Amino acid sequence: MAENTPAISLRGLTKSFGSVTAVSNLDLDIKSGEFFSMLGPSGSGKTTVLRMIAGFELATSGQVFLDGEDVSAKAPFDRNVNTVFQDYALFPHMTVLENVAYGLRVRGVGKAERNAQALEALETVRLGEFGGRKPSELSGGQRQRVALARAIIVKPKVLLLDEPLGALDLKLREQMQIELKELQRELAITFIFVTHDQEEALTLSDRIAVFNQGKIEQIGTPRELYEHPKTPFVAGFVGTTNIFEADEAKSLFGKSIKASIRPERVEIVKGKSSNTHMGRVIEAIYVGSATRVHIKLDAGPKITALVQSGSTVDESWHRDQEVQVALNEKDLVVLETK
Amino acid sequence: MSVNSVREVDSALAVRPTFAHRVSAKLYSNAKLRLRLLIAAPLFWLSLVYVAALLALFVTAFWTMDSFTGEVRVQWNIDNFVQLFTDALYRTVTLRTLGIALAVTFIDILIALPIAFFMAKVASRRMRGILVISILMPLWASYLVKAYAWRSVLSNDGILQWLLRPLGLDTPGYSLVGAALTLGYIWLPYVILPIFTGLEKVPQNILEASSDLGAKTWSTLRLIVFPMLLPAIAAGSIFAFSLTMGDYISINIVGGATQMLGNLVYTNVGTANNLPMAAAIAMIPVAIMFIYLTAIRKTGALDNL
Repeated sequence: MAENTPAISLRGLTKSFGSVTAVSNLDLDIKSGEFFSMLGPSGSGKTTVLRMIAGFELATSGQVFLDGEDVSAKAPFDRNVNTVFQDYALFPHMTVLENVAYGLRVRGVGKAERNAQALEALETVRLGEFGGRKPSELSGGQRQRVALARAIIVKPKVLLLDEPLGALDLKLREQMQIELKELQRELAITFIFVTHDQEEALTLSDRIAVFNQGKIEQIGTPRELYEHPKTPFVAGFVGTTNIFEADEAKSLFGKSIKASIRPERVEIVKGKSSNTHMGRVIEAIYVGSATRVHIKLDAGPKITALVQSGSTVDESWHRDQEVQVALNEKDLVVLETK
Repeated sequence: MSVNSVREVDSALAVRPTFAHRVSAKLYSNAKLRLRLLIAAPLFWLSLVYVAALLALFVTAFWTMDSFTGEVRVQWNIDNFVQLFTDALYRTVTLRTLGIALAVTFIDILIALPIAFFMAKVASRRMRGILVISILMPLWASYLVKAYAWRSVLSNDGILQWLLRPLGLDTPGYSLVGAALTLGYIWLPYVILPIFTGLEKVPQNILEASSDLGAKTWSTLRLIVFPMLLPAIAAGSIFAFSLTMGDYISINIVGGATQMLGNLVYTNVGTANNLPMAAAIAMIPVAIMFIYLTAIRKTGALDNL
């Protein structure tokens, strides 16, 4: 196999459920060893794409290539990809060790051998002592790790993760994010990660595909997506942003374009200058590390500024307070209009 | 509105402590009393109708019948049980009844599994509704109607013979096999429904996970579905098994001359007028059911009923 064959290639992939088109004519290449995220709101088709890669759904049309081989019509058990399910899908009647050893068991590996490997996999996810327990006796984070161990023991080419951290609380989620990233580096296999949490996608991924209404809006590195979103949807979904319609942009920058500027690039300044605009505070929300200041500009548009706590202009704003807002044209991102 | 008139409205709205109100208040604050009152009636019914009747049956089995006057005499002895254990007739009929009960249970599970699987995992919501209704529908028809229907199905020149003759086979006729088929048909809904419910509780993604990890259909059925379904299967088997153990009507209608334990009880109550003997025979299925339930309790099936 050529060195640069993509781990996964999707060509013209389409899935319809009755009259509803969940995924339409999708092309995508995922490199070998990549941590790739599919990000989008619920119903955007990202999970359906994952399920078609796994083989749980067969495409209405189009192809799925795994390492250059067309697997479009193959059953899940004939595809060398494994899935970590959203709610883990552990087998409730088996112990943790039996769960992890299952993939080897159905491949005919002997009991002693598969148990030894399962124990090793459990130790990789730091659950070596829990082999004898039933899944119901574990916490959410532990179940998550069992599901991971169960999927990686059969050494898949690609690991599919369907919102695997969705059910965990914030602290645990952040810890699991780090563990996932480390695990991926250790195993050096391709991860495809489905999430609706843009922060999680930015934190973990080498590249991200942003899904909307069954199509990919944009593919790029986290930095590309955040700094240079191409469409209003991506600008709004990845992080928060201020979006200006053409007429609003004209009143502020003298250009009739649809554009966006990130709140942290909107500056509140003391003095007046050529690029400042006068406005009044609508509301200021203190979030600890920063304050979100919603401002109504005298020129018309509303805008949000993110002011870091402790910065020279940081203060306790009050409603209707007059402020000077500086907008730099270099921070302006031009968006495609459809 | 003045302060005064507000007070007046307040007192008008305040609840007057009627008798019903006081009872409610008392019950609200006393959980134990509430519970006792709630279960008093069903508990009374259960102990009188079931437990007391069963005890009476057990006690009667140790009495005897005066063969001259035909009256029941309270004369404590174990003759009835000695007869049960020594007379070959009772052993034969017990084994036959047990055999039919096991056969019916086995046949029903075999038929119920694919139907329940289709209903729970394959059929559309609409199709599922239709199937549930068609499975429940026969329960509305009288037991006797169904047994007699099978009598005509099994008869010479009946539909079964007509169907099987081209294959070189013949109807089993009125026999043990005929009785097992009939009972299997009659109790089938009681086996399908718990298995269907059990299968509905097996999440789709568990099956997907198994397939994802490399298991083909048969391995998934054997290693995942069947073990998870075992309690539901056991629950269904309790119905088929216990209902067959106590049956004496179908065997009369479609079983030819063969007898089950129920027939012996019936004969002793009616023709022979030997109530103590009938009571002793009735203890056999009770004992067998007791052993069966104890064994099945270990599978967790009783939590599934």
